[in-house]
Amino acid sequence: MRQTIVRNVAELPTYGYGPRSGPWWGAMGFMALEGMGFAIAVGTYLYLYAIDPNWPIGAAPPDLWPGTTEAVVYLLSIIPNEITNRAAYRQDLAKVRTGLVVMSLIGIALLVLRGFEFAHLNTRWDNSAYGSIVWLILGLHTTHLATDVGDTVVLAVLMFTRHAKPRRFSDVTDNVFYWNFVVLAWLPLYALLDWVPRL
Amino acid sequence: MSVTAESNELRDDVLNGLQLSGQLERVWRTPSGLVGALMSVDHKIVGRRYILTAFAFLLLGGILAMLMRVQLAGPEQTFLSADKYNQIFTMHGSTMMFLFAVPVMEAFAVYLVPLMVGTRNIAFPRLNAFSYWMFLFGGCFLWISFLFNVGPDVGWFSYVPLSSLQFTPTKRADVWAQMITFTEVAALAVAVEIVVTVFKLRAPGMTLDRIPLFVWAMLVTSFLVMFAMPSIMVASTSLILDRLVNTRFYDASSGGHPLLWQHLFWFFGHPEVYIIFIPGTGMASTILATFARRPVIGYPVVILSLIGTGFLSFGLWVHHMFVTGLPQLGAGLFTASSMLIAVPSGLQIFCWLATLWDGRPVYRTPLLFVIGFIVIFVIGGLSGVMVASVPIDTQVHDTYFVVAHFHYVLIGGAVFPLIGAVYYWFPKIAGRMLSERLGRWNFWLAFIGFNVAFFPMHFLGLIGMPRRVYTYTADMDWAHLNLLSSIGAFVFALSFALLLVNVVYSLRKGALAGDNPWNGSTLEWATSSPPPPQNFDRIPVVKHRDPLWADSESLPVIAGLSAERREVLLTSLAEAEPQTREASSEPSIWPLLTAIATTVFFIGSIFTPWAVLWGTPPMAVTLIGWFWPSGSKEDEE
Ligand code: HEM
Ligand SMILES: [Cu+2]
Repeated sequence: MRQTIVRNVAELPTYGYGPRSGPWWGAMGFMALEGMGFAIAVGTYLYLYAIDPNWPIGAAPPDLWPGTTEAVVYLLSIIPNEITNRAAYRQDLAKVRTGLVVMSLIGIALLVLRGFEFAHLNTRWDNSAYGSIVWLILGLHTTHLATDVGDTVVLAVLMFTRHAKPRRFSDVTDNVFYWNFVVLAWLPLYALLDWVPRL
Repeated sequence: MSVTAESNELRDDVLNGLQLSGQLERVWRTPSGLVGALMSVDHKIVGRRYILTAFAFLLLGGILAMLMRVQLAGPEQTFLSADKYNQIFTMHGSTMMFLFAVPVMEAFAVYLVPLMVGTRNIAFPRLNAFSYWMFLFGGCFLWISFLFNVGPDVGWFSYVPLSSLQFTPTKRADVWAQMITFTEVAALAVAVEIVVTVFKLRAPGMTLDRIPLFVWAMLVTSFLVMFAMPSIMVASTSLILDRLVNTRFYDASSGGHPLLWQHLFWFFGHPEVYIIFIPGTGMASTILATFARRPVIGYPVVILSLIGTGFLSFGLWVHHMFVTGLPQLGAGLFTASSMLIAVPSGLQIFCWLATLWDGRPVYRTPLLFVIGFIVIFVIGGLSGVMVASVPIDTQVHDTYFVVAHFHYVLIGGAVFPLIGAVYYWFPKIAGRMLSERLGRWNFWLAFIGFNVAFFPMHFLGLIGMPRRVYTYTADMDWAHLNLLSSIGAFVFALSFALLLVNVVYSLRKGALAGDNPWNGSTLEWATSSPPPPQNFDRIPVVKHRDPLWADSESLPVIAGLSAERREVLLTSLAEAEPQTREASSEPSIWPLLTAIATTVFFIGSIFTPWAVLWGTPPMAVTLIGWFWPSGSKEDEE
């Protein structure tokens, strides 16, 4: 078949930010299906809650301090996260490096807090269906937290090597974006796990 | 003019036709040899493997179907024991649903969607390779377990408490639950790839109302996968946790509930039927347009009904649970919505009939299969409306009426259009035509065999034959109809043998296809058959809904992409305006290694919870290897 060149795209950039980049849409896709996973887990919790009159079954509600501290740290983490984001848009390598290191440290701190939270749930996974669903939901969110922290650490290391090419800054903004999802997912889960059993 | 201020790389606009093909082929080809094959990230290679593997599972599932039909051909047969029969119908259902029907549709999409939207590779090619390996390993795991006599035996929906530790103390149900996780990981990954490919990698000018119908169908399907599959993953993970570490999700004595399983299962299981059926409609629309030699009438109606079907399919799961004693009002509502879903499907059927009516149809094999699909699917739809009503469902629940119904829907809705698609796209994939004479035989044997096999099952159900029984006594009067059904099943199986013969024969001796043997209108026909590694030497520009019919003299294309590294063009979501030239993955061994690490983790955790600890580091290492940007041309500069 004959072809006619009608346009030249040589001037287009080789990477983009946000909705202009492929990986951003990939992250959106995974957030959608993971968000659905969270929604289903929450639905399961509420279903079990609805059929059992004495919730939380044979246990005290979780101690409040670990989850609450986490919620505060999550909310505060938005500030360095956003600073990293802006630095990445400006392609300010030094600031991005600092930002990623700070975010890695925050992530690790949250993982430690998460350990305490498991210890203060006041129920084991095999005590009752209540214990099972609480552990499952916390486990799901912890998996997200851990993979995101892993991702952040690897990206931080990458930015200190020769691989710190301009288009990597776009990866940094995607990482920032995903962190917001981890934070946003935590707030309803925190309300569910720590406050619903106190109703 | 090709050397821009920012770089002095080689661009495609300084090369003439032949030079350009050669250069792009070098950049995009998969390395040769075994290692190269294991590293491939070309969507065509991965897609072809995916299709072949899914058909291999169809063959295995089909063999089991034949074993069941031998056992049921007469009363009081001893060919299979009750225990073996349980394993076999479970393996048949699980294989067909999880290892054949969904994967084969996604596999066709992996091959076709990038070509149909006019790009060089799928979005996230490494993820694509990974998802194929996961699918392969998960399927092999299930079948090897079966051959070692630890295959599941609790039905393809593994109802608790039957599948709980108490009633299934062996590893059988664990194997089932973990196989689910494998295949869902694969299915979800492909769904995201398809969505992003359709959203961002479309050729310039392919606005939303110029997207080919098959691509639309796969887009809707991918969203269904993304929103339905997490439910079964939560369900099967909870099941395996109940079994391995004593959680209490489904244990009524500790606040759990067996019905929770059914809700979670059918919240996935009902959309699952549409995940299988909607791609079939997309194939049907494409084939119909080509052989009716006119665009499908009511393009916007077809799209709206695809989307409508997608939405409605989530509101229906409870109709699988009418006999579980739900509140009356709920049952009424779900009856209404179950009947409502017949409306969009009906609209599509009218559009197809109108297209045939108004076109100048040529009745080649692909079109025959589409017509067979419409006939069978309508019958399946009618019995569906029947079982959607509570009084009828209460009568026929768990009888062969239901077996008849869902095979009409699944085989009519998916397998017939799929075989049509094989005949239609084989020339593109293999470069040669399938034999038309064998094709006609194939169709008629399939159509007659299918109906003889499954129509009598309606009557068997009405006169009371329950499903999942391994035998029956002579005084039930079920023998004649069962024998008829078994004969039909073997004729149906013969039609697949014929397909296999046709494929093997035509791969060597088939007529050469050329670029566009059927005079199709969509972009996959704008490149050679089979397509070169780069798919297109120059990316087409789309100005019409049927680009190859409207621009049949000369195809408008763009220039300016890199000719020395892998680059794809990203366009805007609605208008498909060019935005960026993004790098596309180089071949890599890491997706395979990651899949192996994940497999060790999944299978290990069935036997010891510690696998969660020692299984994680290899996964982390392989993932870092995967994402570490060494070896890409851009980073070596
Ligand atoms: C070669 C053609 C096929 C034949 C002869 C056949 C035959 C059968 C029979 C006899 C049963 C009932 C087992 C029982 O309840 O005792 C069955 C169940 C089933 N079939 Fe098929 N089948 C065929 C193809 C398919 C295909 C293509 C699919 C899906 C795409 C499929 C999906 C299922 C499912 C989901 C079940 C239910 C299994 C269970 O109850 O756990 N079948 N099939
Ligand atoms: Cu249904």
